[in-house]
Amino acid sequence: MEMIKDYVEMKFPAKPEYIGVVRLTLSGIASRMGFTYDDIEDLKVATSEACTNAVKHAYKEHPGEMIIGFGIYEDRLEVMVADRGESFEFDKLREQLGPYTPSIPIEDLNEGGLGLFLIDTLMDEVKVLAESGVTVFMTKFLNGERVENETVISKTETN
Amino acid sequence: MNLTININETKNEVFVHLKGEIDAFTAPKLKESLMPYSEKENVYMTVCLQDVQYMDSTGLGVFVGLLKSVRKHNGHLKLTDLSPRLERLFSITGLSDIIDISTKAVGEN
Repeated sequence: MEMIKDYVEMKFPAKPEYIGVVRLTLSGIASRMGFTYDDIEDLKVATSEACTNAVKHAYKEHPGEMIIGFGIYEDRLEVMVADRGESFEFDKLREQLGPYTPSIPIEDLNEGGLGLFLIDTLMDEVKVLAESGVTVFMTKFLNGERVENETVISKTETN
Repeated sequence: MNLTININETKNEVFVHLKGEIDAFTAPKLKESLMPYSEKENVYMTVCLQDVQYMDSTGLGVFVGLLKSVRKHNGHLKLTDLSPRLERLFSITGLSDIIDISTKAVGEN
């Protein structure tokens, strides 16, 4: 494992209107690192889901803050989403949730709770700490085709 | 980072065009706007997702709720013009087998 190159941290009120702002920043960092379009979209969904959980589950009584950290490595991006609200049993929740199957009657379909399933599916590694709030650590490796910025520039120059 | 909702209603058909992002911020507004239409008997509701650039589980939740309500009132819900991204979201969650969805026609952009 390589050493961390940079660490970026943001603190927002745990309100839904800020999740889009988190996505914009994430998108900028991931694209600078050279993630593919699809990987960036996966990162956006997974990170938004963690923020949505921070906003919805963690602060039923009073809104607080959510902290989003980006650990930037040579070969991967680690996203951390933390809140200091009421904790919930992530592992227990995760067991109960999964993709929909056609065998479930329409009227019994759950309208929420796919968030954790998506985080698990879209990221390479997921860890959760539930001590005085919930912290989700998610990692995505740079293993797909990179967007080669340098190549694009040199091509432009030769034209 | 917002969502524009356009609704056209004729007899039993409701055509909805969405533009923007569906997330925890915009999903409640979407649900509130569409739910009343789903409660009409025999409604045929079409939702065009061509201009939806971003969606997550909050959006999936709205469409599951809408489907339940539409079915309860003997109607039909169809989601059209999904980008490959959105289509992927529906297929990994198993929803593409439950909701009537169609992707963008070949050649369109």
